[in-house]
Parts: sequence; C-alpha cells; structure tokens
Amino acid sequence: MSPSDYTHKPPILQMREVDKTFGGQVVALRRMSLQVGQGDFISLLGPSGCGKSTALRLIAGLMPPTLGRIEWEGDHSADDIGVVFQEPTLMPWATVEKNVYLPFRLRGKSLASVRDRIHEVLALVGLENFAQSYPRELSGGMKMRVSIARAIATNPRLILMDEPFAALDEMTRQKLNDDLLSMKASTGATVIFVTHSVFESVFLSDRILVMAARPGRVIAEIAVDEPYPRGLKWRTSPRYGEIARQTSDALNGALHPAGGLVA
Amino acid sequence: MTISSEGAPATTQKHDSGPMFDADEERRARRRRNEEIAKYVIPVVVMALAIWLWDRLVVWNEIEPYILPRPGLVLSTLIEDWATLSTSLLVTLQITGLALLVAVVGGVGLAVLFSLSRFAEMSFSPFAVILQVTPIVSIAPLIFIYVESRLVGLLLCAWIVAFFPILANTTLGLKSANHNLQDLFSIYRANRWQRLIHLQLPSALPYFLGGLKIAGGLALIGAVVAEYVAGTGGVGSGLAFRILEAGYRLQIPRMFAALFLIALTGVVIYATTSLIAHLALRKWHESALKRE
Repeated sequence: MSPSDYTHKPPILQMREVDKTFGGQVVALRRMSLQVGQGDFISLLGPSGCGKSTALRLIAGLMPPTLGRIEWEGDHSADDIGVVFQEPTLMPWATVEKNVYLPFRLRGKSLASVRDRIHEVLALVGLENFAQSYPRELSGGMKMRVSIARAIATNPRLILMDEPFAALDEMTRQKLNDDLLSMKASTGATVIFVTHSVFESVFLSDRILVMAARPGRVIAEIAVDEPYPRGLKWRTSPRYGEIARQTSDALNGALHPAGGLVA
Repeated sequence: MTISSEGAPATTQKHDSGPMFDADEERRARRRRNEEIAKYVIPVVVMALAIWLWDRLVVWNEIEPYILPRPGLVLSTLIEDWATLSTSLLVTLQITGLALLVAVVGGVGLAVLFSLSRFAEMSFSPFAVILQVTPIVSIAPLIFIYVESRLVGLLLCAWIVAFFPILANTTLGLKSANHNLQDLFSIYRANRWQRLIHLQLPSALPYFLGGLKIAGGLALIGAVVAEYVAGTGGVGSGLAFRILEAGYRLQIPRMFAALFLIALTGVVIYATTSLIAHLALRKWHESALKRE
C-alpha cells in the first residue's frame, strides 16, 4: 500500500523521502515517506535501532533531516505537537496541576485562565482528584496519565508517543491502551505511536508502519480497517489475530532480511 | 457454643478484632520506638559523660586551670566575660553571615552566567578553581595589604572560601536537568529564560542546597582564619582574636569559652542550612523521602 491510499483524510503533515545520517556514517533513517491525515492513529513498529524514535524526533523538530523534507499543512506553531515519552517526564518539584500547566505557562498564559481546561483533561485521564499531588505520590501508571494529560491539554494537531507504556506492567498497559482509545475518540486527536509490541500496534492504530534496522527504514505498511471504538471484542476477534500475524510476519522479515532459515 | 470456642486456638478469635500484630511485627515496632528514643538520649548522655570525665581528669590529676580548666570554670568564665565575648561573637557572626550571603549571590550568579554562556565558563572557571585550591592563609596577608578596610578584608577572605562549593554545585545542578524534560521544553519552544527559571533552577535546587550546607561551615572557617591573619585587636575584634589574645595572656578558660562559642556557631549554621534544605525539598526530592 502506498501513502496515497489515505488521502481521504485532510493531511496535516508530510514526510518526503527523509534521510537522517549521524556523523556522516550511521544511517539512522533512509527514505522515509509518510502522510499523516487528520485523526490518524499511526504506529511505528520495529526492533530497536530501526529509526522509529529518530523519526519521531524529526517530526517533533528536535533535529533537522539530513535529506528530504517534513512539511506541515498550513502554519506550523509550537502548539501543534504534544509529546509523551517512555518515562513520564514530569517535573518532580511541581504538582500534577502545575505539570499539566507547563505548555500554557510557556505561552505566557495565567494558571487561572486555563485551570478549567487543566481539570478537564485531568478528568479525561481519571485524575481529577490528584491535581494537588506531587508526582512521587503517584504510581507509574498514574504518572503516565499525567504525561498524557499534559500532551493533550493544548489540543495539539499531532500527538507523538514514544513507547509510552513500555515500562508498565501488562495490566496497567491494557487499561491505558483502552483509555488512550477512548481519549482519542472523545478528542479526535491524531497520534503517532512508537512501539515494539505487535499486539499494541494492532489494537490501537489504523495504520502500522513496520520498520527494519541498519539502515532504519519502512519495510511494510499495514492497514487496520477495524472502526473505532475498539475494545475487548476487537482484542479477541479472529480479524485481530489475522492482522497481528500479518504484522508479525512483516516484522520477522525485518529481523531476518535474507528470509531467515527458509531461504 | 462454649465447647467450640474452648477448642479454638487463640489466634483464630482475633480475626475480626481490628488490626492484628504478630510477634515479629511487635518486635520490630518496639525496636523502632527504642531507636527513636535512643536517637536523642544517647548523644546527650555520652556528651554529659565526656564532660564529667573531663572534669574528673582535671580533679584527679590536679591539673592547673591555666593548662586545662574544669568545665564549670569555662562556663563561669563565659558568663563573667559575656560582655566582651558577646561583642566578639556578633562580629564573627556578622562576617560569616555577610560572607555567606555574598557567596550565595556570587556563586549562584556566576553559575547562571556559566550556564547561559559556555564562553563565560571557559573564561572564568580557571580563576574560580585557582582561588579555591590556594589555601586562604597564604592569600590573606596580601589581601590585608591591598584592602584598607579590615572588615572588607575579612569578608573577602571568608567569601573566597565559601563561594566555590556553591558555584560548583549550582553549575552542576543547572546542567543536570532531565534530558527528556529538556526535549519537551525545546518542543514547546521555551526561550532561554523560561528554560532557566522553570527547568534549570528547580533542577539545581537540591545541588545548591548541598553546596550551601558546605559553604555555611566554610564561611565560618574563612572568617576565623582571616582574623588570625589580620591579627589586629581593638573594638571590632571577633572570637578568633579573643582566642589569640587569651592565649598570649594565658587565660585558658577564656580560650575555651571563645572556642565553645565558635563551635556552637558552626553547629547552629549547619542546623539552619539543613533545616532550609529540608523545608525546600521535603515535598518532592528523593533525599527527603521516607521509604515505606
């Protein structure tokens, strides 16, 4: 499948033939093209070293591409992006409320003017009663929720998530996956989600980019045509298993480029 | 009913009688309580014993008071000479406090400058290091030649000794902000000041407070050492000069009294800076966490 199959959604971002090379030697990413449409949930799936985090950092504008272009539809401002890292990345000296306030504060907005919005997103992630808590008083899953609340608070056009649930236990992870989808349903957010879990990517996304390492590149694109909302029924359906197998096969291709033992 | 309850072991009856403690837990609770009391009682008792032993040694060996005075004599000298000693204490306190204040302002200011400009750091940090590694006693005589005012000279000496730990620690702290948070600030396009105020300074706070604890003690040491070098007596003399003076006149009890006041000052400074650190960090920093 080619990116042009998704043009029915209004595009917000295009990556065109993007290369990223470090020190003139290490090719972290080669010829990556990606069109992100409004409301997409795209997973970047691959082994470590495949350039999925590099792709995310390029989109976030933390570094420029070596070759190729990243184009935003319309004006691109700092409010366009929300980020969730693998660690919750909260300021330990600030309360939950002040942490979610950060993107507003950096825009020069007063706490009073955005307090309602902060409490709205905290309610959305189920932490309305923890506004005055400090991060150290929260569990790992709760900290991650605060991080998500901060990322969605400014209604960004695009939310970047870099293996956000990788460090959590399986039960918390599933719960957060469910909650992430209901958050997406209620806000219509566009998400690019980096993961190394096949099941997570199939459960969450409507498009999976399977990536391979050395050099980092996209080797397959898999559409997940199940409509949202998705829940337990989707997780246990035959179609889910089928796509998970298809994705797994593509990923195995990434791990054994020569075709593995069969060849 | 009676038969079955008679036959039941005692432990099963406890199940619905509120919180339960087994023997092991009780033992641990008792040990915790004892340690809590011992934490305060043991130092006091040992200190009292040591002072008593000091007193006895003087009495048993019939040591003259101009060699080693009894603790009681030191105390009565402290009270008798309080007028002189308290004036000197105030002078020492003043120099120490002012030096510490200037060290905080100068240390933090330089650290912020270093973090804003790599060139400033490359240019000035060698000076800071040279000042730090050169013993203050060897610089002090020069300072008192060049600086006319005795007070300013003393301040300068105390400041040189005290400011480095604050500078070094704060510089380290300003650089130690979490990398992901730094990325987050970049993505939100925070400017330099926002980054400094909302990210770097809070990250540096625990480091700064660690430096402050060290600098508090060093400021006192600097003030005392500088006064030994300055040497001149008179009205504006601090405790160090009183010790020198008493030494020349063989007023050993007075030396002990002045020494006691200096030690007490050091302890109070340490307690104060520790309290400040505790109050500033208790809500969020690892160092202030009670592990459960």
